[in-house]
Amino acid sequence: MPTALYRLLLSLALLLPLGAQAGDALEFTRAGASEQVRLLEHWSASPTAERRAFLDALQQGRIGADGDKNPYVQQAGQWQPLTEANSDDNPRVLRLNNRLRGLLNTALASHALSDENAGARLDAARTLQRNAPPALLPVLEQRFAQEGDDAVHDALALALANLQLASPEAATRLKAVRLLGETGEPQAKTRLQSLLDGDEADPAVRKAAETSLAQVERKLFIGELLGQAFSGLSLGSILLLAALGLAITFGLLGVINMAHGEMLMLGAYSTYLVQIGFQRLAPEYLALYPLAALPVAFLVTAAIGMALERTVIRHLYGRPLETLLATWGISLILIQLVRVIFGAQNVEVANPAWLSGGWQVLPNLVLPWNRIVIIGFALFVVALTWLLLNRTRLGLNVRAVTQNRNMAACCGVPTGKVDMLAFGLGSGIAGLGGVALSQIGNVGPDLGQGYIIDSFLVVVLGGVGQLAGSISAAFGLGVLNKILEPQIGAVLGKILILALIILFIQKRPQGLFALRGRVID
Amino acid sequence: MNTMNQTLLLRASAKVGPRVSLAIGLTVLAVLLALPLLHLLPGDHALHVSSYTLTLVGKILCYAVVALALDLVWGYAGLLSLGHGLFFALGGYAMGMYLMRQSAGDGLPAFMSFLSWSELPWYWVGTEHFLWALCLVVAVPGLLAFVFGYFAFRSRIKGVYFSIMTQALTFAGMLLFFRNETGFGGNNGFTDFKRILGFDITAPGTRAVLFLASLLLLLGSLYLGFRLARSKFGRVLTAVRDAENRLMFCGYDPRGYKLFIWVLSAVLCGLAGALYVPQVGIINPSEMSPTNSIEAAVWVALGGRGSLIGPLLGAGLVNGMKSFFTVALPEYWLFFLGALFILVTLYLPKGIYGLIKRGEQ
Repeated sequence: MPTALYRLLLSLALLLPLGAQAGDALEFTRAGASEQVRLLEHWSASPTAERRAFLDALQQGRIGADGDKNPYVQQAGQWQPLTEANSDDNPRVLRLNNRLRGLLNTALASHALSDENAGARLDAARTLQRNAPPALLPVLEQRFAQEGDDAVHDALALALANLQLASPEAATRLKAVRLLGETGEPQAKTRLQSLLDGDEADPAVRKAAETSLAQVERKLFIGELLGQAFSGLSLGSILLLAALGLAITFGLLGVINMAHGEMLMLGAYSTYLVQIGFQRLAPEYLALYPLAALPVAFLVTAAIGMALERTVIRHLYGRPLETLLATWGISLILIQLVRVIFGAQNVEVANPAWLSGGWQVLPNLVLPWNRIVIIGFALFVVALTWLLLNRTRLGLNVRAVTQNRNMAACCGVPTGKVDMLAFGLGSGIAGLGGVALSQIGNVGPDLGQGYIIDSFLVVVLGGVGQLAGSISAAFGLGVLNKILEPQIGAVLGKILILALIILFIQKRPQGLFALRGRVID
Repeated sequence: MNTMNQTLLLRASAKVGPRVSLAIGLTVLAVLLALPLLHLLPGDHALHVSSYTLTLVGKILCYAVVALALDLVWGYAGLLSLGHGLFFALGGYAMGMYLMRQSAGDGLPAFMSFLSWSELPWYWVGTEHFLWALCLVVAVPGLLAFVFGYFAFRSRIKGVYFSIMTQALTFAGMLLFFRNETGFGGNNGFTDFKRILGFDITAPGTRAVLFLASLLLLLGSLYLGFRLARSKFGRVLTAVRDAENRLMFCGYDPRGYKLFIWVLSAVLCGLAGALYVPQVGIINPSEMSPTNSIEAAVWVALGGRGSLIGPLLGAGLVNGMKSFFTVALPEYWLFFLGALFILVTLYLPKGIYGLIKRGEQ
């Protein structure tokens, strides 16, 4: 019976730490309510590593006691005695009142301060910021001196300072104020501010508080600035994914594809369909669906793009304004088609676990994983496009036709085929952008409309036929947008940017990076 | 035998064609003139025209002015504007300001009270006077067009670049007017008008006068368009459209020509908007959405650009079909409109007017 043996061994292993604390458990179960309060307070102030398992079990409601108040612990539904002395009574779960629960949380946090995992330590420090009793001061000081992780260190400083600020001695308060100055926590700012606004009498402490406040504000400002730069880069990468294909087709054919935004939308809907497919057919690999959606979205949108080029746009070459209108018509039809098939509401595309959450860089700066991944993905797509345009036969042809269509045709470049493939490539890139967009925003029939004007501005600003132009224009516009947003509001920021672009193309009508041509009409 | 018949037929139609067109045109004009008078008949009269019909036709007349204005810049000067809805809406908002002040009396317009503002923003000063509102109707779109056009034409922005910039312009305007703080009623815009020049805005008499004013504006714009198109100015504009560089080599400076027609077009749109608002009874920022402006382009394309009658036909047809579809088959309107965009550009480069011309010859 190996399974039974394993089970026994396993429960013994689990019991070991508890067994070591049988004394604590016995003390706790035997104690009256007021005695339990005292016990928990005492344990908070003098944490030991062995007691933690018992406290955890206590919080999870797995500690019980029998009629003789002997402690038991529940393991996999079974009551196990913690002491030698057993009675035959069935153990009952130990109930805790609210006060005891609060104290238990504090005690657990003070024990968790020595956890191996920095995240757990951070959580514990955050808890103690709110409700640490003064008795915890020595523990906090000791942990603060030993702590290696910056974020936890800051959090501990705040918890410590919170306690010290209440001290009647000015010297201790001064120490606390200095400590707050060294952290970069947003709460430190409010704490210092309320101290300055309040009735702090000691001039030295006041002065130190002012210096600390300035320090904290500087740190917070850096965090904010980095945050803005990051959201600018994030917006830029999205604009880049949206505008890259547009820049290629505009450079090559001289036509603006108003249905380009709808390629983004179709890419996002392809992601949705792939997600559903995974849910139905292979739920165990669901986390990987965004990766599987990439080729699907690319192929779907590229095929639609090529079909459009062959059936409509090909007949309108040399008439760019008419192409603009015709592609607008296509976009209307595509939007309405999606609306009829999938409904006018947004569909739900969920982030897999590896794309949710974020990376805490500073106390006031969290970078969401999905945005980080999308920045990387945009750069990856740019690199692929660059390789395709500069290292393949197709890319050579595309560049030749972009520079001089007639001459390329004379040299035997099949311009019609190149047009079709390039249009497919541009649409496919938009489809990839749609996969990215589905991970950060709503997926609905109007998804593409929101991006089309911005991506046109990227093309206008960046000029055509040069990847460098699109990249710098996309990131430039993204960062500028996000810098202006908090200063003057999103709408006025957009209007200002438009005005700046109009002024900019006064100087450089062909965009940032223009190809020199000698053709004149 | 057969060929002879055909030549005879052609010759006959060539003689008859212009006369037929003229006759049709005069009939339409007579019907349009009769509509407001019939609206004044008592409600149970057999020939009574409902206020719905009158408003619908009046609305289309305003749209026709927009189509004509757009045709002046697109069909003649080759500048496709995707932002004419902005000028239209600005004219409408200027008129709306006056109407709001009329409804509010001495107090603040209702939406400002909701925002708990205590006094009018500076740009509302004087809007209780009809004449000042009229000045704004002309000046605001005109000035904006002048500033935008001055910079755009100075750096020789044209073609799709120009179209995109105008689209971005109207988009920015829409975002601006959506804000409550801008002071134009935000999302809801202006509505619930009561009086214009002291007259009840829903009275049949007022409606008839507004309708006639729209018709007059359309006829005036048409006359202006004809005079411009026949003049040397019109010929230079056509040359700008067809070969701007060659025109410059001949010693012309196209900037002034483009700027003039661009501003004139914007002002016409503003006037159309000002007449549109009291008839329809509402103006909100969605009038500035890029979709509306680009729809105006399809009116012109369908009717036939570079002609003056064509855009009027296009505006009438598309809007007539729109009112039909949105009532009967709302699901299919966008399919139809989309297909219209594609088919017209592919198969009807000169629009319906071009078809008629070919028929006449």
